[in-house]
Amino acid sequence: MNKGTLWQTFSKGIVKENPVLCLLLGTCPTLAVTTGASNALGMGLAATLVLICSNCVISLLRKVIPDSVRIPAYITVIAGFVTIVQMLVKAYLPALDKSLGIFLPLIVVNCIILGRAEMYASKNPVLLSALDGVGMGVGFTAAMLLMGMIRELLGTGCLFGVSVLPSFYTPITVFILPAGGFFVFGLLISLANKLQGEKKAKGKIGCAACPLSKTCAKAEQSEEEAEGCGNA
Amino acid sequence: MLKSFLAVFLAAILTENYILSKFLGICPFLGVSKKLNTAVGMSLAVTFVLVLATAVTFPLFTYVLEPLGLGYLQTVVFILIIAALVQFVEIVMKKYIPSLYRALGIYLPLITTNCAVLGVTLLVLEKSAENPSYTFLHALVNALGAGVGYLLAMVLFAGVRERLEDADIPKFLRGLPITLIAAALVALSFLGFAGIVDGLL
Repeated sequence: MNKGTLWQTFSKGIVKENPVLCLLLGTCPTLAVTTGASNALGMGLAATLVLICSNCVISLLRKVIPDSVRIPAYITVIAGFVTIVQMLVKAYLPALDKSLGIFLPLIVVNCIILGRAEMYASKNPVLLSALDGVGMGVGFTAAMLLMGMIRELLGTGCLFGVSVLPSFYTPITVFILPAGGFFVFGLLISLANKLQGEKKAKGKIGCAACPLSKTCAKAEQSEEEAEGCGNA
Repeated sequence: MLKSFLAVFLAAILTENYILSKFLGICPFLGVSKKLNTAVGMSLAVTFVLVLATAVTFPLFTYVLEPLGLGYLQTVVFILIIAALVQFVEIVMKKYIPSLYRALGIYLPLITTNCAVLGVTLLVLEKSAENPSYTFLHALVNALGAGVGYLLAMVLFAGVRERLEDADIPKFLRGLPITLIAAALVALSFLGFAGIVDGLL
């Protein structure tokens, strides 16, 4: 294991396999808490902390956890760390706790964390898994921050709560409303697709990285089969 | 009394629609809304698990965790209960109601990590902590409303997406971007319901 591998493991999560913009994981918090830059940053850091810790523990336990119950086992580990983060935030950053609301406990079901546990930490040694967690966390935080800054700037004319745009600018409130979240996210993904080149933009929903993609595909398939029977 | 149930129910469906205004359960919203049938199946499964999960977690929190001072275990306990419940429903359904299992069974494993379920069970507890007149029944009505709202959003959106299939979309927006922008427009239309419930309370 040389330095190059380590660097690659860390850096792939930031640009090439950015969990939000390229792997399309964790869309719920990305849309919900990016109404302001500071919320987005707080959420990103909280999720990063959980991701690093859970990746380490799951990687350590990867030979102990039986394959058939691995998902519940991962969820239990993740839930434990989420509870710790929740208590820390409540104690030291009560304002953040208030503005993130239920999205703090919902880190448990954030598919980035479960996805990395399933796809990376369960197959790789501790050091690499921890680095993967840091890289993915930084990528997640950066994407959240970008989106939070765009939405806050256009929606309120502020950044981190400080007014930055000249006073003649009328804030477009819809950007901090739910509809604006979907809109900005859509444009950011199209931008990411463009920058990545045409080969990835195959017009498919990027479910491939989601730990449940197989079940989803099975659901679609069984519906199609059912339809086929109905027609015949 | 009845009026307050109606207000909670309508609020859960329209003004605080869990997909379009609270962003819970976005993955299935984008992932399985390509066809109307799948969208309906998924939403019905979500509604079923939502009501069941609320029926279990709400009393458990109020009568067991809270009195014992274990409120901080909420997240861990709830997610495990939801996972166990989904597994249990799957087994029972397979054994006793095979026709329903054939219709909904395939969606059940997807629901464990659907944040709508954990989100709603946490939100109703938050609401009951703020408002003492918010009872267990209100929570159940809220969960049912959340499920119906989920169904409504999924069905509306499946219709929109079926139209998108034939539309001439600029190349750089094809796939997920245009889907998200369509979702933005659907969410925008739901803003029109703002304030509709205030008159009832």
